[in-house]
Amino acid sequence: MFPELNNLLNTTPDRAEQGKLTLLCDANTDGSFLVHHFLSFYLKANCKVCFVALIQSFSHYNIVGQKLGVSLTVARECGQLVFLEGLKSSVDVFFRAQAEPHPLQFLREANAENLQPLYEFVREALKPVDDGEAAWRCPVLLVDDLSVLLSLGMGAVAVLDFIHYCRATVCWERKGNIVALVHDSGDTEDEENNILLNGLSHQSHLILRAEGLATGFCRDVHGQLRILWRTPSQPTTQRDQSLTYQYKIQDKSVSFFAKGMSPAVL
Amino acid sequence: MAAVATCGTGAGSTGSVVAAGSKNHVTSFQRRGPRASGSDSSYSRLVSIAGTRPSVRNGQLLVSTGLPALDQLLGGGLAVGTVLLIEEDKYNIYSSLLFKYFLAEGIINGHTLLVASAKEDPADILQELPAPLLDDNFKKDFDEEACNHKTAESNIKMKIAWRYQLLPKMEAGPVSSSRFGHYYDASKKMPQELIEASKWHGFFFPEKSSSTLNIEPCSLTHGYIKLLQFIQNIIYEEGFDGSNPQKKQKNILRIGIQNLGSPLWGDDICCTENGNSHSLTKFLYVLRGLLRTSLSACMITMPTHLIQNKAIISRVTNLSDTVVGLESFIGSERETNPLYKDYHGLIHIRQIPRLNNLIYDVSDVKDLAFKLKRKLFTIEFLHTNTDRVNTEKTFITSDFRVIHVF
Repeated sequence: MFPELNNLLNTTPDRAEQGKLTLLCDANTDGSFLVHHFLSFYLKANCKVCFVALIQSFSHYNIVGQKLGVSLTVARECGQLVFLEGLKSSVDVFFRAQAEPHPLQFLREANAENLQPLYEFVREALKPVDDGEAAWRCPVLLVDDLSVLLSLGMGAVAVLDFIHYCRATVCWERKGNIVALVHDSGDTEDEENNILLNGLSHQSHLILRAEGLATGFCRDVHGQLRILWRTPSQPTTQRDQSLTYQYKIQDKSVSFFAKGMSPAVL
Repeated sequence: MAAVATCGTGAGSTGSVVAAGSKNHVTSFQRRGPRASGSDSSYSRLVSIAGTRPSVRNGQLLVSTGLPALDQLLGGGLAVGTVLLIEEDKYNIYSSLLFKYFLAEGIINGHTLLVASAKEDPADILQELPAPLLDDNFKKDFDEEACNHKTAESNIKMKIAWRYQLLPKMEAGPVSSSRFGHYYDASKKMPQELIEASKWHGFFFPEKSSSTLNIEPCSLTHGYIKLLQFIQNIIYEEGFDGSNPQKKQKNILRIGIQNLGSPLWGDDICCTENGNSHSLTKFLYVLRGLLRTSLSACMITMPTHLIQNKAIISRVTNLSDTVVGLESFIGSERETNPLYKDYHGLIHIRQIPRLNNLIYDVSDVKDLAFKLKRKLFTIEFLHTNTDRVNTEKTFITSDFRVIHVF
């Protein structure tokens, strides 16, 4: 969790909002630091987190999480974190026929229609426990990232349906949050990705967009972050609020500053 | 099933331990440090593997790509468990050279090789590998020693050519190399004895294409399925993923796949725009899953300039860890450009992974050019001072010393 980003978003772990869909997207740069931020933020906020990690291994997130002050192994052991490790499970699913439906079953199928097994997995993971134990604050679904599902053979509509089902269950029924990362392919004509991105942008309450600088690589400013607050359900005559900051990623934190106000320049 | 991690770094106290298949489902890139988590306690001892070293930034286990200059640009080397994607140059001249350097480095370090190609027989590829470069005074000693069967007391002189020294009494066990990256002489071939002493597996697609599949057809093309099964078989049989209790593997598997995505593999993304757009990306995903759970590193060369659907290229880039693009000047208008007259092409470092870290090592200079001199392949920073082309130059040589030449 980056304290400066919390200030920009005007939240703290104690006052986390509920029932929101947050969309993270990156264009021409790597936006995974946002995923690490939200993962540690919600773990510190005492929420139950289901993390569908399709792109990196568990120990990668664990090591970065330790730099940010959370231990994923402890969280997983005590039940706060349910971790689906895509890379490792894909090997199991692909080479050995599974007895029961596996969340990544579509890897084996030639024409997988939908992501229902994955949705069932998420629903099962974020089921509320009602045996009087330490109740977690609210369920959170974190997906890193959705563009990989397109590369693995799912259509954009199937992924949008999956998010829709998850929203109905997690956001509306259980008053939780969803955070998902989508890559913006920019000018390469990835139509499926654009459909997915546009569809999700219209449904999100908060969009965080990390972009590379238009002028190219810079050692002191790694990119630009655009924050957009939306109210998707109500038609509103006032504008959605939007802010733009530039950032520099350091070893254990990310520092944000107004455009042109990088400490290296001043 | 609790498999023990079988590798580690050198004698340093912090390093990364690649573990696979342990009770707590630890996969790779696990850092072993003083505050080690519970699953670390089962790893009793660190054994150093030949040809690897820990990264200075995050303790990641690295292997050399065969080009010390490229190693430096990638932050020290290629991380074990990751994929290095080389976007081929137009006529596949320099990318196949990089491919050979990668394999030659594996032979010199004693790594196991897995060579997959649809165009050339892997045995032929191995015959064409460049010879390691010896300094001239070492070469004389080698000639004497090869005849006299001298023993290890002359170890001190043979810093680069230690393998040659062991030639008369070929040892099977891994010996730690005293250098991380080696230099190769592109004009000479690797000695036959070294090739025969090495352990390698070849996958030549035309030979394997007739055998039957025992996996139901998914959207992967036939060639990719067979290749994945072959790789998974080798990893399991030889114990690179730690799951085979009989095999205590303390070595790295170097996987080299040539021309992936070309029509010779049965994939049509280079022929038509509406080809099978998921086959290659699914293959890369499952391959990366295999790599992350085993002690292996992979180099893939891919003719991305032929892929018709540009969206696939961006998806492939997102699914690979390190991506390096080669652009040669042959046949382009840049060949006659005075700016580039000393060079054979440009190297673009398109992507470097941030493993176990928020940040990564990236060089400030983005303009890199390469040239293939008579013996060596060098990478240099490109300067745009055309009016001072013969005056001051700053470049890094292939043994990465920064040199100012006036």
